[in-house]
Amino acid sequence: MSIFTMGIDVGSTASKCVIIKDGKDIVAKSLVAVGTGTSGPARAIAEVLENAGMTREEMDFVLATGYGRNSLDGLADLQMSELSCHARGAAFLFPEVRTVIDIGGQDVKVIEIENGQMRNFVMNDKCAAGTGRFLDVMARVLEVNVEDLGALGDQSTREIGISSTCTVFAESEVISQLAVGTDKCDIINGIHKSVAGRVSGLCNRVGVRDLVVMTGGVAQNRGIVKALREQLGHEIHTSPLTQYNGALGAALFAYQKALKQQQ
Amino acid sequence: MAKEVSPGVLALRKVVDDVHADAREAKKAGKLVGWSSSKFPCELAEAFDLNVMYPENQAAGIAANRDGEIMCQAAEDLGFDNDICGYARISLAYAAGKRAARKFDPETLEYIIDPNSGKPLKDADGKVVIDETTGKPKKDPKTQQPYTVLVDIHEIEAMPDGPLKDKYWESIKPYRQMRIPQPDFVLCCNNICNCMTKWYENIARMCNIPLIMIDIPYNNTVEVADSNVKYVRAQFDNAIHEMEKLTGKKFDNAKFEQACANANRTASAWLRVCDYLQYKPAPYSGFDLFNHMADIVTARGKVAAAEAFELLEKDLKKAIEEGTTTTPFPEQYRVMFEGIPCWPKLPALFKPLKEHGVNVTAVVYAPAFGFVYDDLDGMARAYYKAPNSVCIEQGVAWREGICRDNKVDGVLVHYNRSCKPWSGYMAEMQRRFTKDLGVPCAGFDGDQADPRNFNEAQYTTRVQGLVEAMEANKK
Repeated sequence: MSIFTMGIDVGSTASKCVIIKDGKDIVAKSLVAVGTGTSGPARAIAEVLENAGMTREEMDFVLATGYGRNSLDGLADLQMSELSCHARGAAFLFPEVRTVIDIGGQDVKVIEIENGQMRNFVMNDKCAAGTGRFLDVMARVLEVNVEDLGALGDQSTREIGISSTCTVFAESEVISQLAVGTDKCDIINGIHKSVAGRVSGLCNRVGVRDLVVMTGGVAQNRGIVKALREQLGHEIHTSPLTQYNGALGAALFAYQKALKQQQ
Repeated sequence: MAKEVSPGVLALRKVVDDVHADAREAKKAGKLVGWSSSKFPCELAEAFDLNVMYPENQAAGIAANRDGEIMCQAAEDLGFDNDICGYARISLAYAAGKRAARKFDPETLEYIIDPNSGKPLKDADGKVVIDETTGKPKKDPKTQQPYTVLVDIHEIEAMPDGPLKDKYWESIKPYRQMRIPQPDFVLCCNNICNCMTKWYENIARMCNIPLIMIDIPYNNTVEVADSNVKYVRAQFDNAIHEMEKLTGKKFDNAKFEQACANANRTASAWLRVCDYLQYKPAPYSGFDLFNHMADIVTARGKVAAAEAFELLEKDLKKAIEEGTTTTPFPEQYRVMFEGIPCWPKLPALFKPLKEHGVNVTAVVYAPAFGFVYDDLDGMARAYYKAPNSVCIEQGVAWREGICRDNKVDGVLVHYNRSCKPWSGYMAEMQRRFTKDLGVPCAGFDGDQADPRNFNEAQYTTRVQGLVEAMEANKK
C-alpha cells in the first residue's frame, strides 16, 4: 500500500503545502500568499488536500516547518526547522547539492550539505537587509509588483549602486534616485546587486561548494540569481518548485517518519 | 516540590549577600564604598579593607529581574546612545540616581497591581485554571506584582519628610542589585572591554568622585611581553598610591598577600568546579556557572568565597558518585554557549535547549576568571588576559580546549548587541570551530541586558537547526 505524507511550510509571508506518495512522487501542492498568524496555513492545507482529492486522515504523517511551524494546533504530527527541510528538499531536486541558499520573507539561510544532509548553516542577523521583505519594500517604493522585479532589472542599461544595506536607508536612497530621474530598471538592478552582496557575505562564511542551489520565493527573481552568480563565481541552480522546497523537504522527512512508524 | 539547593550553592549565595550587606552597612556608617569593573585587581582593594560593588554583576541582576529595559531607556533619556553596552546603560542610569520602583497610589499609598503580571493559577491537581469570561488562564494573585515605574533618588531626597517620601523610598525594588549604595570612588580596569573606560569616566564625572584606572592594551600576541607587564605593574603602583590618598591609610602588604592567597585559592577551586562539566552526563550545566559568575567576581579575594567554592566542589563530587545532576532533562547533546547569556530572557533561552535535551557543558568563563599567579609580575600578566584583551589565536585556543575537554557536539554563539568586541570576531571563530573540531555552530542575535534586541522565534529556529545538524553529524 502507498504511503502519503504532507509537508507544510508556514513562512512569514506565505504558506505552502506539498503531498508526496512513497517519498518520491509529488501528488499535489498549494500556496497561499499569507503566512503565520493568518488564515493562510489552514487554507493551504485545505487546498492541497482538495488538489490531491484526499483527506487529512489519509495522510500517514504530516510534518510542519517554517516560522509558524509551532502554531498549527495539532494539525501536524511533528515540527522541524526550515533549515533541515530546505536542505532535504534541495537534495531531492538536485542530488549533487553541497550549498543551499534560501532567501525567505524575513531571513536568509546558507546551508552546507554533505551526503544530502545538513552539516552546518549560517543565518542573517535580525536585520531585514537581503531578505524577501527588503525586496517587498523596494517594490512598493518603485510602484512595481515584486514578481516583476527580475524582468525589469534585466532591462537595465546603466550600473548604479544602492550602497545602503539597511532597508530604511536603502528606501531613502531609492527615493533619491527616483527624484533625480534614474530609470527604474537601473535602480532595480542596483537593488539586486545590493541583496546579492549581503547574501554572498553569508555564503562565504559557510564556504561555497558546487553544486549551489537557491531555494525560496526570491529564487524566482532572475536578477538576484544572476547577481549572486556573478558575485560568488559559482553557477546557481534553481527549480520551478523553488517556493515549495521547504514543504517538499518536510514531506520527505514525513515519509521517513511514516516508514519508522510502520516498522 | 522546591528544588533542593546544595550546601555549596547556599554558601556562595551567602558570600555574595554578605558582600552586599557589608557595603550597605559601610555606607550607613559613613565609610567609603566603591564600584569596580569585574576584572580590576580586587586584591588591591582588599588590602585597604575597601567595600566594593560590581556594576557588571549588578546590571546582570537587574536585567535578570526584568528591569533592564526601563533602566536602559532611562540612560537613553539621559543622552546615552542605545548602541552602547546594556550593562553600561543600566549602570549609568543607576549612577545618575534612576531606580526601578513599584507603582503606588500617592493618595492611598497602596501598590497598583499590573493585571498582566504573575504566573497562571493552578488547581489542586496542578492544572491551569481558566477564566470562564475571558477563556484565558487566571493569574495567581500571590505572584502578581505592581507596575514598574522609574523614580529618581535625587528627586525623592528633595521631597519634604513624611509618609509619601518614605513610601517612595520603600517602593524601590527590594532586590539587592537595585539597592546598592551610590559610589564614593570607582575602580576601572579595561581588560574586560574598552567601553569600560568611558563608562567609568562618566560615572566619575556624574558623581564627582575619584577614578582609579588601570589600562590594559589589547594583546596582539599569545604571550604577554615583559614591556607590557612593566606597563601594568607601574599602574598597580600608581593605583596603590591613589588608594593611599583616598583612604588616608598606608598600603598593608600582609593584607595584600592574604587577599592574593585567597584569590588564588578561589580561582583554583573555581577551575576545578568548571572541570566537572567534563563528565558525561555533566552533574550541572553551564547555566549554573553563569549564576556563579557573581560569586567569583564579587568575592574572589575573600576566604569565604574560596571555602564556598571548595564546598561546591565537594557537592559536585558527591553528585558524580551518586549519578545525579541539576540539569532537569536527560542530556542528549552537549554544546558550548559562547558569550554572555541574555539575562532578561533566560527562560526563553533555556526552553528550546530543554526541549531538545541540549546541555550547556562549556562556557568561556572558566579561563576568564580562573587565573592563578605567583607574584606581582605574574598578577600583572594574569590581569592582561581577559576574553576581550587577548588575540584571536589565544581566544580560539581557550575555547577549543574547553570544547574538546568538555566533549561538545556543537556551539551556540550569542551575537551580543551589547558586546561588539566579543561578538566581532565570532564569525571567524565559528568558522575555526567547525574546521578544527568538526562540529556545527549556530549564531543568534541577542543582548545581555536589553530585551529589545532578542527575538525568541529566531532563536528557537537556530537552536532547532543546530540540534538537527548535530544529529546529522552523529550519524
